[in-house]
Amino acid sequence: MKVLVPVKRVVDYNVKVRVKSDHTGVDIANVKMSMNPFDEIAVEEATRLKEKGAATEVIAVSCGVAQCQETLRTAMAIGADRGILVQTDVELQPLAVAKLLKVLAEKEQPSLIILGKQAIDDDSNQTGQMLAALLGWSQATFASKIELGDGVARVTREVDGGLETIELKLPAIVTTDLRLNEPRYVTLPNIMKAKKKQLDTVTPESLGVDVAPRLKTLKVVEPAARSAGIKVQDVAALVDKLKNEAKVVV
Amino acid sequence: MSILVIAEHDNVQLKGATHNVVAAAAKIGGDIHVLVAGANARAVADHAAKITGVSKVLLAESPALADSLAENVAKQVLALASGYSHILFAATASGKNVSPRVAASLDVAQISEIQAVDSPDTFQRAIYAGNAIATVQSNDPIKVITVRTTGFDAAPEGGSASVETVAAADSAGLSTFVGREVAKNDRPELAGARVVVSGGRGMGSAENFKLLDPLADKLGAAMGASRAAVDAGYAPNDWQVGQTGKIVAPQLYVAIGISGAIQHLAGMKDSKVIVAINKDTEAPIFGVADYGLVADLFQAVPELVTTL
Repeated sequence: MKVLVPVKRVVDYNVKVRVKSDHTGVDIANVKMSMNPFDEIAVEEATRLKEKGAATEVIAVSCGVAQCQETLRTAMAIGADRGILVQTDVELQPLAVAKLLKVLAEKEQPSLIILGKQAIDDDSNQTGQMLAALLGWSQATFASKIELGDGVARVTREVDGGLETIELKLPAIVTTDLRLNEPRYVTLPNIMKAKKKQLDTVTPESLGVDVAPRLKTLKVVEPAARSAGIKVQDVAALVDKLKNEAKVVV
Repeated sequence: MSILVIAEHDNVQLKGATHNVVAAAAKIGGDIHVLVAGANARAVADHAAKITGVSKVLLAESPALADSLAENVAKQVLALASGYSHILFAATASGKNVSPRVAASLDVAQISEIQAVDSPDTFQRAIYAGNAIATVQSNDPIKVITVRTTGFDAAPEGGSASVETVAAADSAGLSTFVGREVAKNDRPELAGARVVVSGGRGMGSAENFKLLDPLADKLGAAMGASRAAVDAGYAPNDWQVGQTGKIVAPQLYVAIGISGAIQHLAGMKDSKVIVAINKDTEAPIFGVADYGLVADLFQAVPELVTTL
């Protein structure tokens, strides 16, 4: 069975972004870009499924600017067999990405699509669920364990208050949470090998998808700064402040 | 305008998050209905009817809705969606699971985790782990929204809305519920707690984390943890406070042995009073703490328990 893994190119998680002075967005010129960490977990999981013999082919997909090729090469260095870039300079919102992925899923016919639960740039947490809706497939979000059976996937999910396990009819959508696995380090030989793997480029137009943004960003500002308070000398002083100044403890 | 709020519940109890979502709905303005989709959930619907500002509660009961499977709950919401200008979910694990499914089926964008309402079509939300706040506008005919509960003070109770039974959607037949492992404890729920005591990597081990129990007992607090502490296996996953974990805004947040990574700060910096105990005087957590104590937590925490 095929596994499709969408990957997003985002500002590296170690970069502290700055809001542009004209408040039109954040400044991402000349900052380090990487694969969204949750997507890396998705690629790792798909690769492990292939290594276990449960999957036959892992296809990575990225939607966005030409440089998303680098993200696809990283996915292929982890273990994806080939990549598909849906190239566009248009700002892509989750619904548009889900529509693009739907067309690719119908073409490639994967049994499983594994996505990151959210991207660390727009923090939307939408694309996987939207794709499941558009395809009419089952879904398991926030996965911490995936087991494949005969025509089904049994997925343990991280939910408020603990864990829950559900069984999905395949084909299905799974989105990853942090504890699903720990992605491997990509090795130089695998990076070299990834350069030779197949990478096809298509466009939203060629897939017949309207990707025009639905949400308009009116402005982007810095969050209200919280100023540092005071340092107290000892526990007694702390308790005094909490009781008599902040009055949050009686 | 009329707004549909999807109630957060476990068929027995209405979760507090629903009150915050109703408060967000009130900011948008319009007739507010609450949908309780579940099984044997009449008591939940009766409770929801008491939330001030709610004009009607819709109760859909079916075995297919018992376990909040996304496919089935989305189907239920979609059956009712056409009558509403806004559909609001809490930005909780279950709300985030279902909401985008509803939005995509309606061919509309979802506005995720709003923390303020500027107008019925314009909202504020955090991006980049809380390092920036975006104001976004939607021109879609139906606004599907998840609400960050910490952005809105819970709506009070005192109303008496009618409860109307609506036809329940049948199962989509795509998924089945297998089981649940819910950590049992007597502490308040992390997301809605008045006081939160959180531990970080500085706790050193899962064993040492128990040091926080008496403090949490004394303060009536929920327990939390930093991502580093969860990753190290010191604390359960669902304790994680941060941009990719839970967002909390209690009256008092006590951070112990937590350095204060951006991703953690994004999850707690709207707390009313923040206390930090850390032996590293340079720890970033002190940059947001109202009261910082530079001390060895293994001495300070027991002392705090006896002094309080």
